[in-house]
Amino acid sequence: MIHSPGSSPKEAHGRTAYVNAHLIDPATGLDAAPSHGGGVLTDGEFIAEVGADLFKDGVPEDAAIVDCQGKYLSPGLVDIRIQISGKDFTNVGASAVAGGVTTAVCLPNTQPVIDDRSVVEFVARAARKAGLVKIYPYGAMTKGLKGKELAEMGLLTESGAVAFTDGNKATANARTMAQAMSYASTFGLMIVQHPEEPALAEEGVMNESETATRLGLTGIPKEAELIIIERDLRLAQMTGGRLHFAHVSTAESLDLIRAAKDKGISVTCDTAPPYFALNETAVGDYRTFAKLSPPLRSEADREAIVEGLKDGTIDAIASDHTPKSEDMKRLPFADAADGGLGMETLLAITLELVHNGHLSLMEALGLITHHPADLLGLDAGHLKPGGAADFIVFDDQRGWKVSEDGLHSKAKNTPFDGRPVQGRVLKTVIDGRMVFDLDA
Amino acid sequence: MSESTFDPYAFPKSHLLGIEGLSPLDITLLLDRADEFVELNRSVGGKLDTLAGRTVMNLFFEASTRTRTSFELAGKRLGADVINMSVSTSSIKKGETLIDTAMTLNAMHPDVLVVRHGSSGAVKLLSEKVNCAVINAGDGRHEHPTQALLDALTIRRRRGHLDGLQVAICGDILHSRVARSNIHLLNTMGARVRLIAPKTLLPIEAERLGTEVFYDMKAGLKDCDIVMMLRLQTERMKTNFFPTVREYYHFFGLDYAKLEAAKPDALIMHPGPMNRGVEIASDVADDIGRSAIREQVEMGVAVRMACLEVLSLKLAHEKPSADILFGEADA
Repeated sequence: MIHSPGSSPKEAHGRTAYVNAHLIDPATGLDAAPSHGGGVLTDGEFIAEVGADLFKDGVPEDAAIVDCQGKYLSPGLVDIRIQISGKDFTNVGASAVAGGVTTAVCLPNTQPVIDDRSVVEFVARAARKAGLVKIYPYGAMTKGLKGKELAEMGLLTESGAVAFTDGNKATANARTMAQAMSYASTFGLMIVQHPEEPALAEEGVMNESETATRLGLTGIPKEAELIIIERDLRLAQMTGGRLHFAHVSTAESLDLIRAAKDKGISVTCDTAPPYFALNETAVGDYRTFAKLSPPLRSEADREAIVEGLKDGTIDAIASDHTPKSEDMKRLPFADAADGGLGMETLLAITLELVHNGHLSLMEALGLITHHPADLLGLDAGHLKPGGAADFIVFDDQRGWKVSEDGLHSKAKNTPFDGRPVQGRVLKTVIDGRMVFDLDA
Repeated sequence: MSESTFDPYAFPKSHLLGIEGLSPLDITLLLDRADEFVELNRSVGGKLDTLAGRTVMNLFFEASTRTRTSFELAGKRLGADVINMSVSTSSIKKGETLIDTAMTLNAMHPDVLVVRHGSSGAVKLLSEKVNCAVINAGDGRHEHPTQALLDALTIRRRRGHLDGLQVAICGDILHSRVARSNIHLLNTMGARVRLIAPKTLLPIEAERLGTEVFYDMKAGLKDCDIVMMLRLQTERMKTNFFPTVREYYHFFGLDYAKLEAAKPDALIMHPGPMNRGVEIASDVADDIGRSAIREQVEMGVAVRMACLEVLSLKLAHEKPSADILFGEADA
């Protein structure tokens, strides 16, 4: 259940000992089985101590005790790509903490668009008030996300924007993009790109392929993604700007980014779970829950994404959490909205990489904790004495089935609907408060 | 027709949403039955009461005269009550009211809904929300199964069989649901399919549907038994699929010069409505000896009778109340 503090967040007081935990923290390489008596001691909102044998001589008398029952205790998940629909921060928060996400970064395509410092401050305040997940905003790269005039990136940064993006749109204008990257690099800021050439993708609703031909749906060719990646890599080289590609989905995208990294271009990228766990056949008979942006690609692309995660070409995994109401999904495929829920399945689907033998648990967790935090310079994704007490307890083996009833989000549009998965968040702690406890 | 061995229960589906997924037996069942109806339709006063008391609703989200009239006539020849509903797409946002419309009509207890919609997959979506049988009368660029069946019946009556025939489908394949349904049907029945079109009007990986692709009319038409022309669907096109109609007709319009490559007795077909002088020359279209275009229209009624009959005879005789309908639809 979710313990929302409502409109007046209660602060955590006193000390709490999380005992009998298998500590794992990719940021420090800590991996300590519970038999050594390790654990975490929190004091108020902060972590007081972390150690592989912290409680070997017993627990401090004044501390409350939480028994982790031998399960993993890791830093809270850091999700660097979510969308907020409306102003329902409590709903976003419920979904986040149930998925173990303690820090999330939201796209600027909110209503109103995050292209003004007052909106940045509004988002930060609203998220704080909801008191669940910590939400940081991306700032708009251009005013109104229109791809024409630059937004006030410097001022937005002062107010708390962590990087800049036009959300789900790439500007078609190469000059605007070059200027944005060049200007942002003045302040050392990163531009996050949704790589999709708008004219080539226009009217497209799924991957261009035999399946699209059979279903009579207009395709989005993979070249729409490749063209923008190729263009922007050139522009990054030209301007010296810091560039990040969101949710890469094709095999050749990785070839391009891998080569660019070898050349020393300042580029990083992430992907989302659907692109390493699903392929275009999930669209099946017009399943609109599988209508995503970018579209689900071929099996060969999916395999390449897994390879990219293994060899480090892909720097992080983000959930691409995009809640859409039934009214926007229960439509003919071409008319239905893009996007799927992501936060509540982020851990379980990422753990499939571990269960399938592609990554170690430490590597997989790193992709959803300190790697994404480091990309954006967030003080999150690690277990650090003196740092915020943001962590989760999870069972990497526990099986469950993704279904509408089990989701905390109001919208139920998960592309993983009906999928049996393995790995579940048991407890989520933010600022020392237990905000989610599955078995309570 | 008392000697008929027709058994509607042999048809395995409760809706007719597409040709893909039908077996040769299913298709043959429908064609055999339709063949029986052709004679009936040619007789004066030929009318049955098989569907007496049944209601067929034509629900068209896209303009149509031929297909709608054909279904209407088919329903009436079988004694059903037929109601036509045209939902103008200009007055509502595309797709917005699809489910609502379906629920409303469902509460009126139709037995068969005949649906045309501009969006691929829309008819399937609707079929999931209603309790009656649904016939797809065309969904986007996906399928138009009764058109493929009437084409097959036309060919079968002229040639006696479908298997082994070489069929060329020419023109705007990209936007054509007729082409997709025909490709599936002809492949299922053992015919060989060629597609002829400029690359801009061919869907990607079209050959993976079991076709041979040609970009040149004469090469593609060589030794063909059947030449199916498609209408250029300019209403579904934005710019630049081809430069001008003049150029299109020069390379891809069917005239006698190009037709020479096909077999001397090759049958010419077109699903209509035709753009004369765009995809087909007037004299070719009107060639009584070779053009089967008007016969196609006649077969259309017979095929739709067979489809209406086979689906409605499988329906239960008791109908649930509207409350139950809505309850189920919400679930």
